[in-house]
Amino acid sequence: MNRIDKKFKEDKKLLSIYFSAGHPKLEDTLTILEKLESSGVDMVEIGLPFSDPLADGPTIQKSSTQALRNGMTTRKLFSQLENVREKIKIPLVIMGYLNPMMQYGIEKFCQNCQKIGIDGLIIPDLPVDVYHESYKSLFQKYGLYNMFLITPQTPETRINYIDKVSNGFIYMVSSASVTGAKDKFGSPQTDYFNRIAKMKLSTPTVVGFGISNSETYLTAIKHSSGAIIGSAFIKFLEKEGVENIGSFISSIR
Amino acid sequence: MNYNVNEKGYYGDFGGAFIPEMLYPNVAELRNNYLEITRRADFKKEFENLLKVYVGRPTPLYFASRLSKKYKTKIYLKREDLCHTGAHKVNNTIGQILLAKRLGKNRIIAETGAGQHGVATATVCALMGIECIVYMGELDIHRQAPNVARMKMLGAEVRSAKSGSKTLKDATNEAIRDWINNPIDTHYIIGSVVGPHPYPDMVARFQSVISEETKWQLEEQEGRDYPNHVIACVGGGSNAAGLYYHYLNDERVNIIAIEAAGKGIDSGQSAATSALGKEGIIHGSKTLLMQSSDGQITEPYSISAGLDYPGVGPMHAHLFRSKRAEFISIPDQEAMDWGLTLSQTEGIIPAIETAHAFAVLDVRKFGPEEIIVFNCSGRGDKDLSTYIDYFKL
Repeated sequence: MNRIDKKFKEDKKLLSIYFSAGHPKLEDTLTILEKLESSGVDMVEIGLPFSDPLADGPTIQKSSTQALRNGMTTRKLFSQLENVREKIKIPLVIMGYLNPMMQYGIEKFCQNCQKIGIDGLIIPDLPVDVYHESYKSLFQKYGLYNMFLITPQTPETRINYIDKVSNGFIYMVSSASVTGAKDKFGSPQTDYFNRIAKMKLSTPTVVGFGISNSETYLTAIKHSSGAIIGSAFIKFLEKEGVENIGSFISSIR
Repeated sequence: MNYNVNEKGYYGDFGGAFIPEMLYPNVAELRNNYLEITRRADFKKEFENLLKVYVGRPTPLYFASRLSKKYKTKIYLKREDLCHTGAHKVNNTIGQILLAKRLGKNRIIAETGAGQHGVATATVCALMGIECIVYMGELDIHRQAPNVARMKMLGAEVRSAKSGSKTLKDATNEAIRDWINNPIDTHYIIGSVVGPHPYPDMVARFQSVISEETKWQLEEQEGRDYPNHVIACVGGGSNAAGLYYHYLNDERVNIIAIEAAGKGIDSGQSAATSALGKEGIIHGSKTLLMQSSDGQITEPYSISAGLDYPGVGPMHAHLFRSKRAEFISIPDQEAMDWGLTLSQTEGIIPAIETAHAFAVLDVRKFGPEEIIVFNCSGRGDKDLSTYIDYFKL
């Protein structure tokens, strides 16, 4: 069974963390993963940095740019993660844009993910229909899940379609926005969370974008299976450093 | 072979809509409506009327007699430089603003590199009384101060793109992010035949007025409605798409695309995408683009700000791969020299982008009976300071 499915079978709400691989320092990747797991984080999205991250706000743009400057590449990330499963047991997802994966070679990319023990991918600029037509069989061949996004603007019929073709979880973007922290969620967000909860989708939903603290985390998980924190974690890393990761996680839950 | 877009938004292997889900509703709304709206009689009437009374169309198809004599061939110039705002860009912004109004949008965003598309967008927004925000790379804002001032005079807000390399590609990223953040009331006017489907096709259709006029103007002057060659410079490729459009599937017409070699293809400072680019995804489109071996998009270089886009539109990528078009790249120096040559041979000071196209006359032979149509896509006013520095005028 895919580690992601196993995780959702546990009777608890997920806390998932995103970080840009290669940031703050090039070789921080494994340390960050270890600290996150030992702090009780349930799943991690490892960001593969890209020069032109369309869906990301200023914080993740900046961390991606810094990671690239530090020398992060697809090849480098795979070599850092080569033995990651000797230590890390929680589900690991690589989140990145399509172009660097294409240049690496999609099949080779998938093959390497399987070899290392990556459980799934999130590729914001790979639309669900293109995935279905051109990539699905390849991802399945290497046991990789591919997670899709939905937003408050996604029509109900499309949500149902995405639910049908999804595995792992559906990434529920909290509001019409690029990534970035918000202090609190207003009623448009909670209405949207409620609306999606009432659809009783067969795939678990995890809320992301705009989750920054305990308050937004608790609101997000009320009507979903979990939540993802990215920008707020990256800001914390920049300020407080890798060694204090535990205190960030305990401030959330 | 058919060189137009197919029903899925592809030109051969290129095109499509590789966009985040957050953009899906915006792009789907456009895709589902652009053909229907632009075919409506009221749209056509308003579009054609504005092109006539506001832009100043039809633009002349001018037989360049001195240039023709010098190069022993028949050279025509399609005078897009005479359009209001000084370039072909306004054909597209007029079309898109009319479309945006019919979609009920009341806020316009745009990206701009050199500022020409920004000015053309600010102009039509002023014309319609619609709010206008133009994203421009921080570096370009400094390099193109007169166009920044023009946009401000026209009432647009110019927002500085500070991410990445702080130039056109980053301004485009910022505009896309703005659209993600404002999915309901905003229309994004892309300035070239780039971006997710339906943009490349939509922009090409609005620019196709260039070849539509060329056909009847050639018929009038030459007794036949097609030339032997159509030649245009390609950055993203909108002026080229407009000139090629009605000849794409006419094999009697040879298509020539001129890219900017910058300081030379192998110099590391170039914008010759056909020579240096690989297949990839940029701004939601699968096309040829300049990138590192790791798939990071690289910053192109050309002395002309309008040609330094790291990709080409998917139509052009297809024309290149299928060998329907010849691609030739011209270095800075030859382009600059042609700025002078055209000025002093025909009394027309071209934009530096446009000057690149003419330089083909020195690198490729044309027969005495052959008819060539150049897209004289923009005028040189905006480039005066570059010309002044370069030639110590």
